[in-house]
Amino acid sequence: MKEIASAIQLIPLWYYIMLSSALFSIGLMGVLFRRNIIVILMCIELMFNSVNLLLTAFSAYHSDPAGQVFVFFIMIVAAAEVAVGLSIVVMMKRNVESVDINLLHRLKW
Amino acid sequence: MTVLFYILSAIMIVSALFVVFSKNPINSVIYLIVCFIAMAGHYILLNAQFLAVVHIIVYTGAIMVLFLFVIMLLNLNKAIIPQKSRITRISAVITGGIFFLVLLAATRQTFEIHAKNTFASDIGLVSNVGKTLFRDFLLPFEISSVLFISSMVGAVMFGKKEATT
Repeated sequence: MKEIASAIQLIPLWYYIMLSSALFSIGLMGVLFRRNIIVILMCIELMFNSVNLLLTAFSAYHSDPAGQVFVFFIMIVAAAEVAVGLSIVVMMKRNVESVDINLLHRLKW
Repeated sequence: MTVLFYILSAIMIVSALFVVFSKNPINSVIYLIVCFIAMAGHYILLNAQFLAVVHIIVYTGAIMVLFLFVIMLLNLNKAIIPQKSRITRISAVITGGIFFLVLLAATRQTFEIHAKNTFASDIGLVSNVGKTLFRDFLLPFEISSVLFISSMVGAVMFGKKEATT
């Protein structure tokens, strides 16, 4: 347990910021890249997780447990959002017979 | 210990890239599960034990299983969806890369921050997280139950077939 605690002193905070930024931009690229709505939802989950990691890193570096409690709340919100999002996918499959997001274009000008 | 950090980071970034670029959505789900398990390893490295276990139970055990259920029930693994045009895909990659550079440039001055010498390494234990959750954050915790009820009602409402008159 002491070795795990000393890992925080060995790894600078900059590495966690870089890792979280890389994950967030990979998720952003996935949302713009793919046409399948399920993969888009998964890339949004990837963005959520990058923010979770950064919050936990800052909470460990400043010894503030409020960061980890906030990560808990973000997980709650992500779980509720996935439930509603997947039910929207089911309804979309029932109406348009496909999960291609380019078929939902009626709100465009 | 830093070697463990580098190995977990490499696994996470490579599997995230495979999530974006793989053709079959079931492969994307499997790679995302690998990414989540590597992230649980990162949580354990930061001594956030409660978050690591909750992360595995909620994300890998519930959310990804829900994704797999929906993909299997709707037969989406056999659906052939055309890709976006080549110029859109190239500009998506360029946008992601430029956004990454902007984030790094904005946080460049945190390069010199290291952990203080007097830090408590046990804030990630279940008892300390529980004390903070139920003393300082009791109201958001109770309101999140209302959030769950509303999302359950919404999911059931979306799932019902419309009554044909």
